[in-house]
Amino acid sequence: MKESAIMRTAKKETSIIIGLYILFFAWWYLTAYSFGDDPSDYRYILGFPEWFFYSCIIGYVGISVLLWICVRFFFTDIDLEEKKEGREND
Amino acid sequence: MIERTGMILPLVLYLALIMGIALWGNTFSRKKSDTSGFMEEYFIGSRSMGGFVLAMAVITTYISASSFVGGPGVAYKVGLGWILLSMIQVPTAFLTLGVLGKRFALIARRTKAVTITDFLRARYNSDYVVIAASIALLVFFMASMLAQFIGGARLFESITGYSYRTGLIIFGITVIIYTTVGGFRAVVLTDMIQGIMMLFASVALLFAVTSAGGGVSNIMDTLRSIDPDLLTPGGAGDSIPKPFILSFWVLVGFGILGLPQTTQKCLGFKDSKSLHNAMVIGTFVVGFVMLAMHLIGAMGRAVIPGIEIGDLAVPTLTVKLMSPFWAGIFIAGPLAAIMSTVDSMLIMCSAAIVKDLYFHYIAHNNPELLPPSKVRSMSFTVTCVVGVIVFFAAMKPPSLLVWINLFAFGGLEAVFFCPTIFGLYWKRANSTGATLSMITGCAAFFWFNITKTSIAGTTAIVPTLLISVIVFIAGSFLGKGEKTEVLEIFDL
Repeated sequence: MKESAIMRTAKKETSIIIGLYILFFAWWYLTAYSFGDDPSDYRYILGFPEWFFYSCIIGYVGISVLLWICVRFFFTDIDLEEKKEGREND
Repeated sequence: MIERTGMILPLVLYLALIMGIALWGNTFSRKKSDTSGFMEEYFIGSRSMGGFVLAMAVITTYISASSFVGGPGVAYKVGLGWILLSMIQVPTAFLTLGVLGKRFALIARRTKAVTITDFLRARYNSDYVVIAASIALLVFFMASMLAQFIGGARLFESITGYSYRTGLIIFGITVIIYTTVGGFRAVVLTDMIQGIMMLFASVALLFAVTSAGGGVSNIMDTLRSIDPDLLTPGGAGDSIPKPFILSFWVLVGFGILGLPQTTQKCLGFKDSKSLHNAMVIGTFVVGFVMLAMHLIGAMGRAVIPGIEIGDLAVPTLTVKLMSPFWAGIFIAGPLAAIMSTVDSMLIMCSAAIVKDLYFHYIAHNNPELLPPSKVRSMSFTVTCVVGVIVFFAAMKPPSLLVWINLFAFGGLEAVFFCPTIFGLYWKRANSTGATLSMITGCAAFFWFNITKTSIAGTTAIVPTLLISVIVFIAGSFLGKGEKTEVLEIFDL
């Protein structure tokens, strides 16, 4: 059977979600571990150590905004009841 | 005594509100006059969740006592590194809803699935899979509920000064009654209120801690003078090595796609718009609560140093920094986190017994053998009895259940992750693979934990999931593929 259009949409959206997830992981890892681990060299932003500010605060705010943008522009509304599609094998 | 009353009053008002919602939820299931209609209402709220409710239902079930007490307690001990660890949970909501949401919702409607077990039954047509899933769910959920009850009662004791037993009675009875009476609809509506409560509680305490410490910069200076390593991602005494923290990307990262208590919510939302909104709202809220609560723990060390037991950090900060009235509001936060975790598990245990086991195996899916009046009284009774068993267990916790709880979170992932994900996305997945993977996964998780075997410094969940994936794939190639009619329903 040919894949329904709805499932194709769902698969596309899943790929976007996994992409965002990997992006969040990469940002989390890179910012957390690339500012050195000697506290006496730390610089501070808004009172927080630099690594913490970028990975925990910017990371969180950033992914929330990116997600909102992706959902707003790339996610399609579908009819979950499938009344319009008229599946033959129901 | 007056102080105590001031603290208890907001809490009692709050619990009364929750009860009111449950009674309202009850009017919906009362209207249903057929067996399947009742079950669809009582166990999945007739699939009517909107975006905000769905978001809150997913994240409040996920956020438990450990996010409000245990986690911040560790952050108090080891510093900012533990906040980094907690932030791994930010994508919880969008990952679960995004990967499973639309496909689950469609397939659930095609197969009339109400529970995760219904979904597994439709996909694999195997009694072994169904029974393994039901047993795992009942055992791990009851152990988890017990742990939540104990955590809640202890917290209540340490903040209000009333006895452990009083605390247990107050919120234990509340959660059992409102879940029994109101079913799934009451569970998710109260979850919404509980989620808002958690947000308020964490903002209030974060504000109190920051101002008591004289601002963030001051607090960081103090922390540095206590121990500079409190400011590093590796934590005080290098307690958070990389393989350890990376393991959490499995346990509380993508592994949560296997947690039935959160994935089940994907069966119950109204339309795709609700799903989209829930992803955004859920991510924002879960990140906020995690960040705020763990910051409270870590920064609390600068404000009130010298608390020996980590679990006492948040209660102590609350009592010392907040007025009784606000402390009363605050304690509603973690209690809300606990109740909203317990209620979902309770209603799912009830669904497993009534629908997945009794209705299917004893009534043979025949509504005449389980008429509406009977399914109603049976569902209420089962929900209540399961709750009461856990309640009494919490009075004098049996060591076996406490021990099982240590494995509940990872154990559920070991059992449910592969059958759920492969079942949705892999055509070849079949019952042989599912059965073998569920059993070996669970056994491996216990084995790695008990023998304390660690592969490359990771925690037990990493090799466990790897094994369950390999066994699933191997088993699926050995066994026969599922019927084409089944695969068509699943669009594979």
